[in-house]
Amino acid sequence: MQRITQISGRAIPMRGNDIDTDRIIPARYLRAITFDGMEEHVFEDDRRLGSPGHNRHAFDTPAYQGASILLVNSNFGCGSSREHAPQAIRRWGIEAIVGESFAEIFFGNSAMIGMPCVTASPEDIAALMSLVERQPSTVLTLDLQAGTCDAGSVRCAISLPSKLREAFATGAWDTTGMLLDNYEEVKATAARLPYVVAP
Amino acid sequence: MGQTLLEKVWDLHTVRQLPTGQTQLFIGLHLVHEVTSPQAFDALRQNGWKVPFVERTFATVDHIVPTRERKRPFLDVMAEDMMASLERNVREFGIRFVGLDDKRQGIVHIIGPELGLTQPGMTIACGDSHTSTHGAFGSVAFGIGTSQVRDVLASQCLAIEPLKVRRIRVTGTLPKGVYAKDVILAIIQRLGVQGGNGYAYEYAGDAVDRMSMDERMTICNMSIEGGARVGYVNPDDTTIEYVRGRPYAPPADRFDAMAAWWKSIASDANAAYDDDVEIKAGELTPIVTWGVNPGQSIGIDDKVPAPSQGSDPKGIADALSFMGLTAGQRIEGMKVDVAFIGSCTNGRLSDLREAAQIVKGKHVAKHVKALVVPGSTGVAMAAEREGLDEVFRSAGFEWRGAGCSMCLGMNPDKLQGEQVCASSSNRNFKGRQGSPTGRTLLMSPAMVAAAALAGAVTDVRELA
Repeated sequence: MQRITQISGRAIPMRGNDIDTDRIIPARYLRAITFDGMEEHVFEDDRRLGSPGHNRHAFDTPAYQGASILLVNSNFGCGSSREHAPQAIRRWGIEAIVGESFAEIFFGNSAMIGMPCVTASPEDIAALMSLVERQPSTVLTLDLQAGTCDAGSVRCAISLPSKLREAFATGAWDTTGMLLDNYEEVKATAARLPYVVAP
Repeated sequence: MGQTLLEKVWDLHTVRQLPTGQTQLFIGLHLVHEVTSPQAFDALRQNGWKVPFVERTFATVDHIVPTRERKRPFLDVMAEDMMASLERNVREFGIRFVGLDDKRQGIVHIIGPELGLTQPGMTIACGDSHTSTHGAFGSVAFGIGTSQVRDVLASQCLAIEPLKVRRIRVTGTLPKGVYAKDVILAIIQRLGVQGGNGYAYEYAGDAVDRMSMDERMTICNMSIEGGARVGYVNPDDTTIEYVRGRPYAPPADRFDAMAAWWKSIASDANAAYDDDVEIKAGELTPIVTWGVNPGQSIGIDDKVPAPSQGSDPKGIADALSFMGLTAGQRIEGMKVDVAFIGSCTNGRLSDLREAAQIVKGKHVAKHVKALVVPGSTGVAMAAEREGLDEVFRSAGFEWRGAGCSMCLGMNPDKLQGEQVCASSSNRNFKGRQGSPTGRTLLMSPAMVAAAALAGAVTDVRELA
């Protein structure tokens, strides 16, 4: 699988805590049997309604078009387990998310599709967001191995669990192959469960 | 040092440690539904993979099901497409399936327990975050995404990070008019919507010990709303008696042996916890959410907070503006347009009984659209045998067929415009109930019933 060690690009600042997966992709767009076109509806209701103090949603701001890194605050992606949420963000063009914290299922779903969610301190997130809002052309470079985010005048630490960092570096985040290569052990585990009755 | 239930079940199901730092965990029951599985089945087809443990896999349809007119093909072509896709997939891969015309159909988290599929000591996975519901039986149950649904279908295993355990002891007696729903809303209010990140919640204490399985399911169901992917209650006699005799329960000749094993996997008295919290049941009041996440809630006697009263002033200001509320306003008396009783949180028979008691012989307010959606066809039939459907109908409620309904905007049941909904469901996120500007107030089914009658948020303790 593709190895991910470094991601470089412009960023979109998306302010607010507890941004849930219903906002990322409203449930009506889950009425589909593929993930194709999910990106067209990313943050759709938020984008249409606007948010207080902002005329335009960050995803519709011309200066942020083509960005590949999303900057968020805390508990991003809370709520539903719908993988449609990270899929919509990834398909829109985002390759990595930098935030104060992430909801657990969203974090795992993003890793599964090769989109790292890395954390930084609230102060560093605030500095990065302000910098990008002032200068949208700023290029951020995330070095997953070194654990750094370099944005020119702002340079800060980012973190990712070490094993997951290794998994991205080796391409092992594609789990199915790994889970399928020891079927005998799986059968042995099943056989020792009191509730599994041998057929 | 003893072990927690989580540790025991985890160890038993561990196939091996993976190089990613995760555990390869065998999944004892995989529940499948129409929304999060089509892409996973496609991946199986593309790779030529089979489902090796079809007998540990069970599928149904719930999210997209119309609750009024179930005739096929559905009017919604996309919903019909999803339905047809699931039917094709279960046929092709040989998976047990209860479809629309099956008397066992219902919300996946209602029918798992109802059919006896859900049992103590199991690991359970489903592509839905409310899978935590099944933890009420002392199983370890995970909500997963579609890539993980693919993994479980193909290998019956999950690659997953170990969890810490926070014990939440609910002690004392719940006052009249205060329910399991209020307990979990209080827990989320206290620990926050991300307080459970990285944890499994073990619900314990004498108040939980006395609860029915339905009440325990309501609590475990909303663990994820507190950030905890897994929530569970240790199995006891209440659990055992619930499972006994259900269609997929262990047969009579093996039942006692299984029940003994179920009790043995409960947390040991000297188990160590990563955190321990006590909630005093006697201090709780009926709770209502005022904001746009399940942690933004207050007691019925309290006032809506001002932005300066929280750690996230902007978040509070934004929520107040979305909900059309003013800081310092009382939540009691807030006008409601819609009342919804149902969902995997509160769509079980005991929920309908509680609500029916409140509405019996009374009538919903003129301006309120009120609906009761049983969580499963089984619940609907049991309620009808007791005449609850007639109680609700004569009170002016619509009595619908089983499904997820107005908990989320994936079927014809949706809020319109800025309607305010008193809802027994689990999420008050912006747009959750199908209208981008719709407003959800989460509360217990009895509180929803009371709000439907009064046409406004009201204190059920005065009616209960």
